[in-house]
Amino acid sequence: MDLQVTDLAVARGGVPVLEGLNFSVADGRALVLRGPNGSGKTTLLRTIAGLQPALEGEVIGAGERIAYAAHADGLKTALTVTENLTFWAKVFGNSDISAALTGFDLLDLADRPAGSLSAGQKRRLGLARLMVTGRPVWVLDEPTVSLDAASVALFAEAVRAHLQAGGSALMATHIDLGLDEADTFDVTPCRAKPRVSALDEAFL
Amino acid sequence: MIALLMRDLRLAVRAGGGFGLGLAFFLIVTVLVPLGVGPETALLSKIAPGILWIGALLACLLSLDRIFALDFEDGSIDLLATAPLPMEGIVTVKALAHWLTTGLPLVLAAPALGVLLSLPQGGYFWIVVSLLVGTPALSVIGTFGAALTVGLKRGGLLMSLLVLPLYVPTLVFGAEVARRGGEGLVVQTPLLMLAGISCGAVALLPFASAAVLRINLR
Repeated sequence: MDLQVTDLAVARGGVPVLEGLNFSVADGRALVLRGPNGSGKTTLLRTIAGLQPALEGEVIGAGERIAYAAHADGLKTALTVTENLTFWAKVFGNSDISAALTGFDLLDLADRPAGSLSAGQKRRLGLARLMVTGRPVWVLDEPTVSLDAASVALFAEAVRAHLQAGGSALMATHIDLGLDEADTFDVTPCRAKPRVSALDEAFL
Repeated sequence: MIALLMRDLRLAVRAGGGFGLGLAFFLIVTVLVPLGVGPETALLSKIAPGILWIGALLACLLSLDRIFALDFEDGSIDLLATAPLPMEGIVTVKALAHWLTTGLPLVLAAPALGVLLSLPQGGYFWIVVSLLVGTPALSVIGTFGAALTVGLKRGGLLMSLLVLPLYVPTLVFGAEVARRGGEGLVVQTPLLMLAGISCGAVALLPFASAAVLRINLR
């Protein structure tokens, strides 16, 4: 099942930021969103992940199929790397975290508290979480922030393996991951024109 | 859901988790009251049930803003919202974890602290019963308040203002059960009212908490 977005308009804080979005991500493909800061990429991804309602239009093939990774990694600093990953695996009904630990080179850090990791290591742990969700559509917001070149390569490898297994990925990133399966979508032409809202501001 | 409960309990007992904070606060309140009131045993034993209840209520309030604030700051709440758990389940588990780490220790500590306030002989059993029945309501109502104010900077004070009035019925009937029990009177009516408040809160408020949490995540 493809992820399909039709005539989608999204709003941030009640103000429309993007409108008329049409794209689809087929299984085995990745779509990279591009656009300047503040153009609404994060808002779009949050809408697709179901965290906020769409202003208009619809998203098909999202919902329970999505694994979402935001700017924040959702790590508990008092828990170890293994405990953090195991928790998310259990939430998604899985139990095997070894592939995720190896995939993101976290084996040596497995027993360290997440609070003692560096920013890049935390990010790797946050991305490793995607692998334990078992969900087919990865929705990623700036996944490569604070990663070094080697870790970006690890991440690209994980995405490639995920795509080859029939999954798909939608991500906002400015780094070229060197994925052959990736298309690019520029959100700039879809920026919303200012419109007069019929709703009372107090209820937005 | 069990995974979430276990994680919250584990976090509570790890460093910086705040487990025991409410208990310590409860202890201090019950130690300070006799110092302030003076060594009049008759007066103390008269006000003991009320003081224990107010102490428990404030101790409960103290840890409420941690229920969602920490998960909101590190982004876990967004990730949990996209996980296969229903939001109502998440808030129920959060309330249960709060009760297990705050409410239950208060229930168990209350008889020991009752000695400091020279609680009447018959009151020990009833203070435990009333707290056991009433504190789940405190946790669930508090979770609702925490969900309302999640994401607000310094929302703790606003939350107290929102939550304390909602605690009034629980406090009134809870303290009444403990007072009547201590004086050897019939406790059936206030006890049933207290149980009713708890059951109603546990059954209905998770839906309200889940709804406001969804709105706050937008």
